[in-house]
Amino acid sequence: MNWKRSLIALLAAAPLLALFAFGFTRNPAEIPSPLPGRPAPPFTLAVLTAGEGAHARTPGDTIRLSELAGKVVVVNFWASWCLPCRTEHNALSEAARHYSDKRTQFIGVLYNDSPSAGIRWIGELGGMSYPAVTDVESRTAIDYGLYGVPETFIIDPAGRVAHKHLGPITGDVLRRVIDSVLVSSGTPDSIAPGAG
Amino acid sequence: MTGTIAHSALLVSVGVLALGVILTPVAIRSGRREWLQLVYGAAYTNFLLVTIATVAMVYALVTHDFSVSYVAAVGSRATPLLFTVISLWGALEGSILFWAWVLAMYAAVVVWLHGRKPGNLVPYATMTMLAVAAFFAFLLVGPADPFRPVFPVPADGPGPNTLLQNHILMAVHPPLLYLGYVGMTVPFAFAIGAIVSNEATSNDWTLLSRRWMLASWSFLTAAIIAGMWWSYEVLGWGGYWAWDPVENASFLPWLTATAYLHSVMVQERRNMLRLWTLNLCVATFVLTILGTFLTRSGILSSVHAFTTGTIGYYFLALIALVLTVTLVLVAGHSDRIRTPGKLGGAASRETVFLLNNLFLTAVMLTVLVGTLYPLIAEAIRGVKVSVGEPFFNRMTIPAMVALIFLMGVGPSLPWGSTTWADARKRLAPPLAGALIMAAIAIAVGTRSIYALLAFTFVGYAAVGNLREYWIGMRARRRAHGESWPTALTRLVRGNRRRYGGYVAHIGILLVAIGVTASSAFRTEREATLLPGETLTVSGKTVRLKGVWGREEPQRSVIGATLDILDRDGRVTGTLEPRMNFYHVSDQPVPTPDVKSSIRGDVYVNLMAFEANGANATIKLIVEPLVPWIWFGGLVIVIGSIIGMFHSGRRAVPVRKPPAAAPLAAPDAEPEQEAVEALT
Repeated sequence: MNWKRSLIALLAAAPLLALFAFGFTRNPAEIPSPLPGRPAPPFTLAVLTAGEGAHARTPGDTIRLSELAGKVVVVNFWASWCLPCRTEHNALSEAARHYSDKRTQFIGVLYNDSPSAGIRWIGELGGMSYPAVTDVESRTAIDYGLYGVPETFIIDPAGRVAHKHLGPITGDVLRRVIDSVLVSSGTPDSIAPGAG
Repeated sequence: MTGTIAHSALLVSVGVLALGVILTPVAIRSGRREWLQLVYGAAYTNFLLVTIATVAMVYALVTHDFSVSYVAAVGSRATPLLFTVISLWGALEGSILFWAWVLAMYAAVVVWLHGRKPGNLVPYATMTMLAVAAFFAFLLVGPADPFRPVFPVPADGPGPNTLLQNHILMAVHPPLLYLGYVGMTVPFAFAIGAIVSNEATSNDWTLLSRRWMLASWSFLTAAIIAGMWWSYEVLGWGGYWAWDPVENASFLPWLTATAYLHSVMVQERRNMLRLWTLNLCVATFVLTILGTFLTRSGILSSVHAFTTGTIGYYFLALIALVLTVTLVLVAGHSDRIRTPGKLGGAASRETVFLLNNLFLTAVMLTVLVGTLYPLIAEAIRGVKVSVGEPFFNRMTIPAMVALIFLMGVGPSLPWGSTTWADARKRLAPPLAGALIMAAIAIAVGTRSIYALLAFTFVGYAAVGNLREYWIGMRARRRAHGESWPTALTRLVRGNRRRYGGYVAHIGILLVAIGVTASSAFRTEREATLLPGETLTVSGKTVRLKGVWGREEPQRSVIGATLDILDRDGRVTGTLEPRMNFYHVSDQPVPTPDVKSSIRGDVYVNLMAFEANGANATIKLIVEPLVPWIWFGGLVIVIGSIIGMFHSGRRAVPVRKPPAAAPLAAPDAEPEQEAVEALT
């Protein structure tokens, strides 16, 4: 028995074990995005359906991100062929109604889908309380590094991405993030809006 | 009740296994060899106990006993019976139970077949298997207990993972995989047994381990091919291999096992590579455990990864233990295990085997590094990376193409050494096959250099291997006047291992043709069709007849019916790609439809549809020669079966070569070949 050689062999294996142990501290399913904290990529998107109340826009008009400075912008990417989008739809619609008197703008970006299918889907699910927009050639989706649908980006009043959510979003998450952005950006509801 | 019985059986099994492991060295050291019967008894008892637990689980699944945690997690009243039974291996805890059962079976069979063998090899090998079995039994009573009681008892469960209940191959691929994977424990146990019992320098252990390795290898090969087939039939992208961590995990031990099956021959014939062969044997087992760890611990992301819990930590502990024990044993004894044999000449079969081992090991290391690289990059540079197909293809294809060439060279060259002139004479005839295949490949428009080389070498190797049959049969006919069929049967019976090996080679070549052709000539198009519209790819036309829907107990099915048209517009068949919406899942499961022929597949997948059935988006893929892969897999298995029932010794020559050491075969190869052919 050559113990010295055994020891050398063991030491050679140690880094591998250390590497595996390190692996436990990481979550491989987490897809990092460089966006949170950075300025949100600008977009100009054509309105497909109007939405309600303060969120409402005229179909055919365009929405530019630059016009929304000073507001919390919630950008949700969805599609009619996406099943998880159905589960989150109510939460989004309700949150949009809840925040309609605050300085927020919800936008639903139709991803990789035909406008007719999108409009039918909205009808089928009992309406959408905020405007749906179309994304020609998925340019905005590419700018936002979309991995799949649904994905939701929350942009603060200064135009920086405050939060990115993968998969169906819930009312709790929306409320928690939007409230904290509203508070930290110093635009509580009591403050009267300045220039839009 | 069922849960309690099964849980108790597993608890007892942990105790029995621990006893068996402790008793082995005690019995041998103290000279009380009769106690070894208790060790063997422990192997049988464990098999009985784990069988009780496994049967209990199947019973609980079939009777929808949702008070058992595993059933509550994967069972559902709406799932068809077959998929209910096979959900035994559909999720983590059940698959560990199944693993434990397969291992218990292997241990019992080993004891039953080899328990009467004198010496300490089999006792220590049994001890090793019982120790590994103890680990799995421990997981089953603790961290991965599938029999935890659930209260209150749910009325129904979610059913198995939808991808896993969508195709019949789920009944075939996992059991084969476990038989192969778990089977690698047996040759490993013989290797450890050989070192501990100081018998590593005798050929006894290789005789036993290589036959078990061959059996496990053929199960693993069949499992990999079945897995490719499943992925092809279910996932809807028209591919069968994506270098996913789980696929790599099955491929790594396959590579070292293949290298072992070749190097062990060099060891027996030329008394070389003993330490290397032993290393390959233990490495194969370590890689199976490593692969299981990587895919069950959640440290790598993969489409196959099961939900994870704390199980990863235990597997890491097992790897650490296995690595420590084997490295200490193998490295500590390496001086004694090393062999004095020397390479005969450059032009010899063992040279080819050395190259074969070199390339197989290189591919293994490349795939291993590529699989682990995301982890390495994150540990060292703190960045997330993913290593995909381009890396693996670019790095491994050259070596694999070279291996195809070697497959033709090896069988043509003699053991020992030969003159270059003789080598040239032997290596020339297969060139005809190479030329024919190269000509065909160019004629059909092969552009890629590697594809062209692969086709050419397949031609070379096919002739090289088939020619060995022809030489042997011709010799028998001349010597005994036998008919061709008699000559063939007697030839194969005389040296099953050798001729079985050539059959396996032919199988690999068929797989190589299928893979090369389907990668080089795959064409696809996607289009949204109205009923009556057609889509054409590479001369294959499909026409949409309509979109339909159907409700089934566990799922809703949306399908499209398409006619396949020939060049004159006549209907030659129909295809029905579907999307299955399982009630428990958000994601639809694509279910492509494939029309296969010997020339290739027409593969259609339903990508999207209008809810009112007005149109359907169809992906049409034409992939030549894909069925050759599945057929090649079958041929490999047939070859392995032929080789498995080998007598154990080399065929005894009729005329003993004068004064030749039994292990170092004489260099007079033409004669020797004829001699082997005659026996």
